[in-house]
Amino acid sequence: MIGLLTVHVVAAPDYTGIVGYLTVFVLAAFVGIEVVSKVPSILHTPLMSGSNAIHGIVLVGALTIMGEAHGTPQLVLGFLAVFLATLNIVGGFVVTDRMLEMFKGKPNERMKPKGGEPGPGASA
Amino acid sequence: MPVALTQVVASISLPLSTVRNLVYLVAIIGFILALKGLGSPKYARQGNQLGAAAAILAVAITFTLPSLRHADKNLILALVAIVLGAAIAVPVARKVRMTAMPQLVAVFNGVGGGAAALISIIELLHLHSLGLKPAVYVTAEVLLGVLIGAVSFSGSAIAFIKLQELITGRPITYPGQQVINGIVGVAIAALIVVSLVTGNIAFVYILLVLALILGVIFVLPIGGADVPVLISLLNSFTGLAVAASGFVLDNDLLIVAGTLVGASGIILTRLMSSAMGRSLPNILFSAFGSVITATGGEEGDASRPVRTGTPEDVGVLLAYARKVVIIPGYGLAVAQAQHTVRELADALMARGVEVFFAIHPVAGRMPGHMNVLLAEANVPYDELKEMDEANPEMSTADVALVVGANDTVNPAALATPGSPIFGMPIIHADEAENIVFLKRSMRPGFAGIDNELLYDPKTTMLFGDAKDTLTKLVAAVAEA
Repeated sequence: MIGLLTVHVVAAPDYTGIVGYLTVFVLAAFVGIEVVSKVPSILHTPLMSGSNAIHGIVLVGALTIMGEAHGTPQLVLGFLAVFLATLNIVGGFVVTDRMLEMFKGKPNERMKPKGGEPGPGASA
Repeated sequence: MPVALTQVVASISLPLSTVRNLVYLVAIIGFILALKGLGSPKYARQGNQLGAAAAILAVAITFTLPSLRHADKNLILALVAIVLGAAIAVPVARKVRMTAMPQLVAVFNGVGGGAAALISIIELLHLHSLGLKPAVYVTAEVLLGVLIGAVSFSGSAIAFIKLQELITGRPITYPGQQVINGIVGVAIAALIVVSLVTGNIAFVYILLVLALILGVIFVLPIGGADVPVLISLLNSFTGLAVAASGFVLDNDLLIVAGTLVGASGIILTRLMSSAMGRSLPNILFSAFGSVITATGGEEGDASRPVRTGTPEDVGVLLAYARKVVIIPGYGLAVAQAQHTVRELADALMARGVEVFFAIHPVAGRMPGHMNVLLAEANVPYDELKEMDEANPEMSTADVALVVGANDTVNPAALATPGSPIFGMPIIHADEAENIVFLKRSMRPGFAGIDNELLYDPKTTMLFGDAKDTLTKLVAAVAEA
């Protein structure tokens, strides 16, 4: 019995890693749902933009794969992946910050910028 | 003492790979707190900055990977790509007008999806070049990464083109659409099964092409007004594609960050569609097989009379009102009139008129977009009322001043079951004593349908650019 079991375990592919990652995946999904389920609608745009920036962390993956790349096709695709991921992460965080910068004004400070003067961060 | 300390440090010295994973764990905590912060106006900005710091930390520690530590062409190319990407992204993100924000988010989302798809492809190429036959679950991860990433990439591209109005914002339908979409869907499913069974790498390229096509044909029939909800969904897709990359690369950081965004994106998409009073399937698939019953042409129904006023008349009306509700829409943003409308509100309040802004959840081109625009003009929170808060007060308002909005006050959403916007909650401008529309023309709104309220006897139309008209109104109020 033990012998059979051992043979079986050796023969099967190792699923330890993938099960661990699936566990992480499921837990992260619950955290994600929990964290945003009560966001007021005034913050939907910044939240969308902010979470957009967070998935820019794919840059870490692009860099990892770039390190392993061999040969021209892999290098070219890797270069493209790093470039696109950088656009995502840098652009995402900068644009979200610009959006949120505008939300900081307190009710009593509003009369300071006179006339149609743009608020801070507006560079239209 | 120093000797003992050194010994302690030496005894707990960790392998670099463990340190790297611990730093990734710190970044994961940073991202979760960032998302949490983004949920409240008070901490949103700090949250985002925390997220950025976590990202910088994670990217920096990635350069300790053995494969990236020596200055070969891989490292140099990676650095060049980062510098190039940052050099393009920063100025674009800093200079874009707030009105163009939805398009920009679509672009940044799409490129992220593209990067995730590329990562999966490269990993597969890499394994094959090493002569390894990947396990079935690895192939499955790669295929999912390519599929979701590519759909997000091409779908976001079409969403960008729609929002930028390079093509019509209306749903694009053609004969046999459902059949074609069905065929592509079935082909993709079949391809995935075949790839898993045979392990043949060539199928990945076919899958890539089909997924790109799927992204395009999935987005084309979605109407312009629904595109913001779509972007949220595509944002979620990119998150899942990034999570798939994490599975491929055995990277917990990518799995967690991608899944957080994937899950939160789906919740956000649901919140948004319920704000529009519609189900997600209705938004995504309503154009299929249905005839959009748009009454009136591009210029509305020219034969019906409307009452046109002058800024002077309306200025007097506003100045002597007790309560004025301003209902802003995308037209206000297009005219860059958010600062002028604030001036008008200030002028009225200085005269003792009660003024507040009634914000529809989907005013602008993105849920919450109008709040961002008015915040840009330093309108404080307490003067912004969300729809549910504003509607009970509409019947006591003397004037509802509708600035560049149309669909969000269209009673057809309540009364006309066949209308494309039927079921969408609206701001009840029709309950106010007087209604004033600031509009460029009689053209229908983004949803492409006529608005009965424009012909209402209580309604006064002020045609022209919203900014010009508002400037005249400010002057008229001052003289009244």
